[in-house]
Amino acid sequence: MKVEQIAIFLENKSGRMADITAILARNGINIRAMSLADTADFGILRLIVNDTEKARKVLKESGFTVGTTEVLVAEVEDKPGGLAYVLQVIKDGALNIEYMYAFTQKSGGTGLIIFRFDELDRAITLLTEADIRLLSGDEVYAI
Amino acid sequence: MIFNEEYETMPREALEALQLKRLQKQIARVYATVPYYAGKMDKAGVKPEDITCLADIHRLPFTTKEDLRKNYPFGLFTVPMEEVVRIHASSGTTGQPTVVGYTKKDIRMWAELMARCLSAAGAHTKDTIHNAYGYGLFTGGLGAHYGAEELGATVVPISGGNTKRQIMLLRDFKSTILLCTPSYALNLAEAMTDMGIDPKDLALRVGVFGAEPWSENMRTEIERNLGIKAIDIYGLSEIMGPGVAVECTEEQKGLHVMEDHFLPEIVHPDTFEPLPLGEKGELVFTTLTKEAFPVIRYRTKDFSRIITTPCSCGRSFYRMEKVTGRSDDMMIIRGVNVFPSQIEHVLMAIEGVEPHYLIIVDRKGNLDSLEVQVEVSEAIFSDEIKELEKLTRRIQTEIKDLLGVSCKVTLVEPKSIQRSEGKAQRVIDKRQI
Repeated sequence: MKVEQIAIFLENKSGRMADITAILARNGINIRAMSLADTADFGILRLIVNDTEKARKVLKESGFTVGTTEVLVAEVEDKPGGLAYVLQVIKDGALNIEYMYAFTQKSGGTGLIIFRFDELDRAITLLTEADIRLLSGDEVYAI
Repeated sequence: MIFNEEYETMPREALEALQLKRLQKQIARVYATVPYYAGKMDKAGVKPEDITCLADIHRLPFTTKEDLRKNYPFGLFTVPMEEVVRIHASSGTTGQPTVVGYTKKDIRMWAELMARCLSAAGAHTKDTIHNAYGYGLFTGGLGAHYGAEELGATVVPISGGNTKRQIMLLRDFKSTILLCTPSYALNLAEAMTDMGIDPKDLALRVGVFGAEPWSENMRTEIERNLGIKAIDIYGLSEIMGPGVAVECTEEQKGLHVMEDHFLPEIVHPDTFEPLPLGEKGELVFTTLTKEAFPVIRYRTKDFSRIITTPCSCGRSFYRMEKVTGRSDDMMIIRGVNVFPSQIEHVLMAIEGVEPHYLIIVDRKGNLDSLEVQVEVSEAIFSDEIKELEKLTRRIQTEIKDLLGVSCKVTLVEPKSIQRSEGKAQRVIDKRQI
């Protein structure tokens, strides 16, 4: 149920995103989902890719600080109230979301939400019991 | 006006005879009371009786900040603590402060020298002196305060900070003399303009500025912005505090050294050989009369030269040229001494922080700014913004706690700080002073 995400430290200067995507492109790595969190001075780029280990290795070799984190990817019905239902479950379970971001599948009627929880295992139990489907790593990497 | 005409205008010959007499007495006393100094002199093969002329001072070993550190806190005091009436301290290179002490007589002497300085700057009993030097362990506030009282002026012990209130009191009390760091003087001028107060409407006439290096350009700016005469004062806690040397209002060119109490020398910054009068080098001081904490040939690391040309003010004391640089990596930020090693000390104590950092000093508006760039290693990286912000706040707090100076901490990518071959460049000082 746990999906690996890489996080990359970025200084707030122009061209850094282009540098990263160029490195990934050169190494044939495909980005599945991404989000960028930023402050006035720096940013953190979070990526889910088709080959986490390789992406991590090539970025590190290029001098980036890279971390790996486990996140959950939940399937959400692509209709009004779809996300609200999932968030209500999380609220009722008193789970704290560190951050979240969304992406959509190429086909099909569902959206995908990526969650970063501190209490990962409790989150898995809670969401599964509420009939929310969590995608496995292999499913996500292969999208 | 000359505060102590007898000493300040003493003919050179008599002054030098007095200096020798005081030097001999001082060396004999230090040798007898401080084993550390006696040990250094024995090692150098020199005894107190070998000092037969002023030039013999060159035979004595130097004292450095390292010696003070080794004897922390009171190892170099020559009197029992019951005779010490006050302690001051400034930051040292590794977080350990440099501690100095004063007897009652030292405090009186210091007050007199500071009164001489204020007098040289044109102050008199009718003046109201706004003293914005920091009060506390720093010698600036209390040192200037006692001098102002000794002079007989009215002193407003406002200390640093709270700029708006400073301006209100400057205006309401009709203060005529301003004491603070030169950068704070410019800051005050700017804040007045922001508050809609024309500095020229105040009663301010003279400012006595020190505790950090400043240029002639800065003097021009202060004099223009505040409509006052700006006088440079020099001092360091190891020697006494403010009042070691001061410019006179007549020439504003070079600072008269209080030579009846301090013996200045200029040495080559690398070989430490004494340089002839007039040549530029590192300034070295020996205290001639201090009781609790005398220093022998203390290397200030400040660059200057001695001007022997007689001055139109009538003082016979030689002048030292305005200090413009230093021979070590000490920075003076908003009047506070900061060594890169202190910042390194803080960083290295935080787990996972790598020894790659860069200190950037700048002057924004009229205030010094300090930025510390730290490379983000995997050990300290997090995918959560709040964790990284927690880290920068922690570094900021620890630097502020240790140095008393606030700074901005910027996280940068690994390897983005230039690696040097040989001596690492840790500091970029962008200030134009």
